[in-house]
Amino acid sequence: MALTFAATPRSAAPAGHRRRDPRRRALSRHLTGWAFAGPATLIVVGLSLFPAVWAFFISRAKWNGIAPATMVGWQNYERLAQDPDMAAAAQHTLLLTALFVPASIVVGMLVAVALNQKIRLIGFYRTCIFVPYVASAAATGILAGFVFNPQFGAANEILRRVGIPAQQFLESPNQAMYIICVIALWGEIGFTAVIYLAALQDIPKELVEAARTDGASPWRIFWHVTLPELRPVTVFTAIWQTITALQLFDLIYTTTRGGPLNSTQTVVYYIYELAFQTQRLGYGAAAAYLLFAVTLLLSLLVIWYGRRRGTEAF
Amino acid sequence: MRRRLPFSPWHLLLMPMALIFVLPLIQMVLTSFMSTAEINQFPPKLLPTTGLHLEGYKGLLTETPVVRWLANTVLVSAIAVASHLVLCSLAGYGFARLKFAGRGLAFVLILATVMIPIQLLMIPTYLMFARAGIVDTLAAAFVPWLASAFGIFLMRQFFLGLPVELEEAARLDGASTLRTFISVVLPLARPAMATLAVFTLLSSWNDLLWPLVAISDDAKFTMQVGLASFQGTRRTEWAELMAGNVIATMPLIIAFLIAQKKFIATMTFTGLKG
Repeated sequence: MALTFAATPRSAAPAGHRRRDPRRRALSRHLTGWAFAGPATLIVVGLSLFPAVWAFFISRAKWNGIAPATMVGWQNYERLAQDPDMAAAAQHTLLLTALFVPASIVVGMLVAVALNQKIRLIGFYRTCIFVPYVASAAATGILAGFVFNPQFGAANEILRRVGIPAQQFLESPNQAMYIICVIALWGEIGFTAVIYLAALQDIPKELVEAARTDGASPWRIFWHVTLPELRPVTVFTAIWQTITALQLFDLIYTTTRGGPLNSTQTVVYYIYELAFQTQRLGYGAAAAYLLFAVTLLLSLLVIWYGRRRGTEAF
Repeated sequence: MRRRLPFSPWHLLLMPMALIFVLPLIQMVLTSFMSTAEINQFPPKLLPTTGLHLEGYKGLLTETPVVRWLANTVLVSAIAVASHLVLCSLAGYGFARLKFAGRGLAFVLILATVMIPIQLLMIPTYLMFARAGIVDTLAAAFVPWLASAFGIFLMRQFFLGLPVELEEAARLDGASTLRTFISVVLPLARPAMATLAVFTLLSSWNDLLWPLVAISDDAKFTMQVGLASFQGTRRTEWAELMAGNVIATMPLIIAFLIAQKKFIATMTFTGLKG
């Protein structure tokens, strides 16, 4: 940032500080502070901490939102532990997360390395790869339903050209989750790639030059110089994309709505159905708390792992 | 000696990749101008062969209040961005520079909210809004977007990185805190505010889950909810669905194409300072 401070010499302080009662001055300082920070703090805390605490009380009740609630203690949580639908939803969510997070890191990094080359058309490539990130997940889902349509979709046309029989894609219980993962990657890679690209451009050129002078191959340079430099970004991306995967809703809503045969019913989708389709508010809130606990645990795990490897990303 | 290729081998990777990312969007736009007969044939055609058909758009306009949905989304996003810019930069500055009782606690509370998933909040928030009588109004859609922990945090980090001398000079010249903030600090904060605006615009425009929960009157739908609900009843009306997709995504895509350099610069600005 190009700023000059020479024009404001400290010694030129205006004479005559107003001398006021120090207690009144302190009070006005506190009030000024709260006038700045108060409105946003009130909104954020009022719309998240307060409801989060309330959700805990709801999670210990049996309630449809209309009839009076009955407090049932930990019963909702006990039932969750034995609920086969919940177990299936958790399994689907874990599968999605386990596929999506590593894939978005590897592909994002690869795309970023490619986009970091100084070749013609690079601006065009960057634009193309980033555009899907701007499109909404709802619209992406609808578009995916078209592209992967088993009867006349482009995906089957491509398979036909290379001699693979037509697939059911989103209409097959065995394929739907994988297809959703591919679609989610299509929408998110732009973001990951841009973050990695920025990090690549921040790596000091001397580091790479020194390795090259020592006769290291491009692959070794990438493995021993670039990759370690990217680690903080990788920790950030891992957490960000874990949360994205755990909370993926819009895309599932506009592709499969949890089907076929519940094969894409994830935890967040299950929570939505419990609370807003079947009006089981208490049970839904308990499931949401479980999701919260898992999110927190996974994020802490990633941070801890990053710290152990000597990366202070947070 | 290796022979140099006439072009960089990276093109062999980047060209197909670019096509994978952009062709579906091109197909979306082209399909929105096709007739149903043309859409339902296999193998699919990328380019319209029988001229431009506007049935998709006409059908959507007559069967749904799509203009209303778009206007609702524009309004919600405009309020979200404006409110974020004002409230989050004020709060960010307060937390970065002003010393007041309860500052540390308030900031920790705000940070603590970052990890709470929306799925946990939507049940009590829905009940709260129902009691306040704003469920099923546009207010329900924009109130959660008035400020965010992310926005406060982003602005605070930015202000912490600014040199404090300019502000001190202004204060010594007798300017009030608010005046210093508006005329000295804010002009320097444009990159951070651009980032905040872009993120708020993207996430409020594209949000589906919360307005889906909070709004059931179809005149109050946002574009994404309208599109999803239309899809729920007309799964196979592809021309209309693609027309809806075009209306829902093109405003942001065009804005992105016009301002892409800045756009990408703002995206990278975040991540890593956060």
